Amino acid sequence: MGTDQPLLRIEDLVLHFKTTRGRVRAVDGVNFDLNFNEAVVVLGESGCGKTSLARAILRLLPRNVQEYSGRVFLNGKDVMVYKDEEFRRSVRWQQMSFVPQAAMNSLNPVLKVGEQVAEPLMIHRGISRDEAMQQARRMFQLVGVPEGFLQRYAFELSGGMRQRTAIAMALVTTPELIILDEPTSALDVLTQANIFNVLKRIKENMETSYILITHDIATSSELADKVAVMYAGQIVEVSDAQSFFHMPLHPYSQKLLSSVPRLRGDQEPDFIVGQPPSLLAPPTGCRFKARCPFRFEQCDQEPPTFVKEGRLVKCWLHAGTRSEG
Amino acid sequence: MSAAQVDHTDLKKPGKLVEMEASQDNVLLSIQDLQVWFELRRFGFSHAGYVHAVDGVSFDLHDGEAIAVVGESGCGKSTLMKTILALYRPTRGKVIFEGRNISEMRREDLRAYRAKVGYIQQDPYGAMAPFMTIEQVLEEPLLINTHASRRERMERIEQVLTEVKLTPVGEVLPKFPHMLSGGQQQRVIIARAMMLNPKLIVADEPVSMLDASVRVEILKLLRGLQESHHLAVIYVTHDLSTVRYFSRRIFVMYAGNVVEKALTQDLLLRPGHPYTEALLAGTSDPDANNAKTYKEIPPGEPPSLITPPAGCRFHPRCPYMIKDLCDVEVPPEFKLESEHLAACWLHRER
Repeated sequence: MGTDQPLLRIEDLVLHFKTTRGRVRAVDGVNFDLNFNEAVVVLGESGCGKTSLARAILRLLPRNVQEYSGRVFLNGKDVMVYKDEEFRRSVRWQQMSFVPQAAMNSLNPVLKVGEQVAEPLMIHRGISRDEAMQQARRMFQLVGVPEGFLQRYAFELSGGMRQRTAIAMALVTTPELIILDEPTSALDVLTQANIFNVLKRIKENMETSYILITHDIATSSELADKVAVMYAGQIVEVSDAQSFFHMPLHPYSQKLLSSVPRLRGDQEPDFIVGQPPSLLAPPTGCRFKARCPFRFEQCDQEPPTFVKEGRLVKCWLHAGTRSEG
Repeated sequence: MSAAQVDHTDLKKPGKLVEMEASQDNVLLSIQDLQVWFELRRFGFSHAGYVHAVDGVSFDLHDGEAIAVVGESGCGKSTLMKTILALYRPTRGKVIFEGRNISEMRREDLRAYRAKVGYIQQDPYGAMAPFMTIEQVLEEPLLINTHASRRERMERIEQVLTEVKLTPVGEVLPKFPHMLSGGQQQRVIIARAMMLNPKLIVADEPVSMLDASVRVEILKLLRGLQESHHLAVIYVTHDLSTVRYFSRRIFVMYAGNVVEKALTQDLLLRPGHPYTEALLAGTSDPDANNAKTYKEIPPGEPPSLITPPAGCRFHPRCPYMIKDLCDVEVPPEFKLESEHLAACWLHRER
């Protein structure tokens, strides 16, 4: 903290997959910054490339990668130039950890959960089993799992407890950044609210930063300092949470926000007509133009990212403000 | 890419919050002190207790009324629905449809009953055989339940698909389920449920698998069908923020019991049960200020349904627990307003 340099800076990140039907442009030129002790929420519909973005940042790639390029700076160092082994040793789980989608089902069924939580410490830090178990016990306290559960197997835990265990596993090496992929989408309302309380407490106490990937706009506001909206492989808006939830800039963000059913207030939710474009052959120009109510001629050309009051928006409606890069 | 475009014009008209009149005279479905228990066996034969999945639920559903059953996973809401669909047999109590107890129905009657009740599953893709085309999926209920000719069947399919706004029909029919988007698949499931002109639709989390942007569209479609066909609908969900756009009454379930029954607006504005209060507090609206505060959530998790706690089942987590009352005696339903009942001892003075 206190430095100008962001914790994470992503520049022109690209991740394309090779399939029999052609090149899938899952992540297609993504830029954003994340500061220390900040939480950025990446919002988008399913199939917009959110999870691929997480995997691209963590370099957890499947085999059918066609193109993987761009730069990822962590604490000012370009980690994209690291060799895979170096990346695994010094970045993954040391500086960045990951809570994958449906993490609660990713636990090993034949290992006690305590040992699974302690494992990253033994592997990445080389500390003894006893010490690692001590640390695991502290993490369990932090995420609110009773200590006795260290000795249990995953099937003996409820969904919420397993999800907490997965979070404890991501926390145990005290990384600066945790990437959470839909951490609560399979959980009940009260469990979900509880997990968000835990995440907030960790952010406060351990000064962790988060990238939260989700399609659940309402609950994402529980954690967000900053919101990045992703559409068809690209980030179309980055705003601070206050301004975003009050008045999003991009037409897609506006539509997305008005599609959220609300418990309080009398606003009738709307929906977005049509479907997101295929990532196999995204349309030229603005990728949202086919569904956009404000479409005009210029939308046939790809919009640059404009800066408006410190917010970034990739839409011609905001032309006239300074464009970046 | 998708040839089957959806026609939205009808759905675009500004909606309103649900204000429906209940036709008090016509009870379509009556659930009376329903209990559904599952026996647990040790080593496959010796008795080891029961799972009290549904434990004493009663309510009436009127013709053309939309209700929502809200609760967390494991509270028994799906068991309740499957019992209504006659897939499970009640351990005790009755499910009465149009004056007849469904557990006493004979095979042919049961078949006729099932034709009057449509079921919308949670996972649309999982609810269709992957090797059947949409045409086959939709034709099947007609083949089984009617003597309609091929031409009549195709006419009916076209009519229903138009109603669920899945057009052009000709392009949809030869497709397989995986070729449709999630929203389109759910429309097919809704069409299948509507095929035999049911009187009651049971919708089990119909939108929880769909993307936020499609959810509202499907809910509006369901509400439109409910109104135009005067359907009774039981909408099962864990998401309180969607129910207010859909149902007239809400029932809140916790650990096999219905703990609160109320008109939707009453429940949202003046929850009568601490559990309902917690559910409302736990539901977020998109608001940047949420990030600055912690939510007050009752500790713990729902109890085991094998050995549920004595007295009120919520008492171990309840912030208002009254000692020697809540943990001993089961609270009866107290009437707070007309059509607003809460099973909680806090209301005992009234």
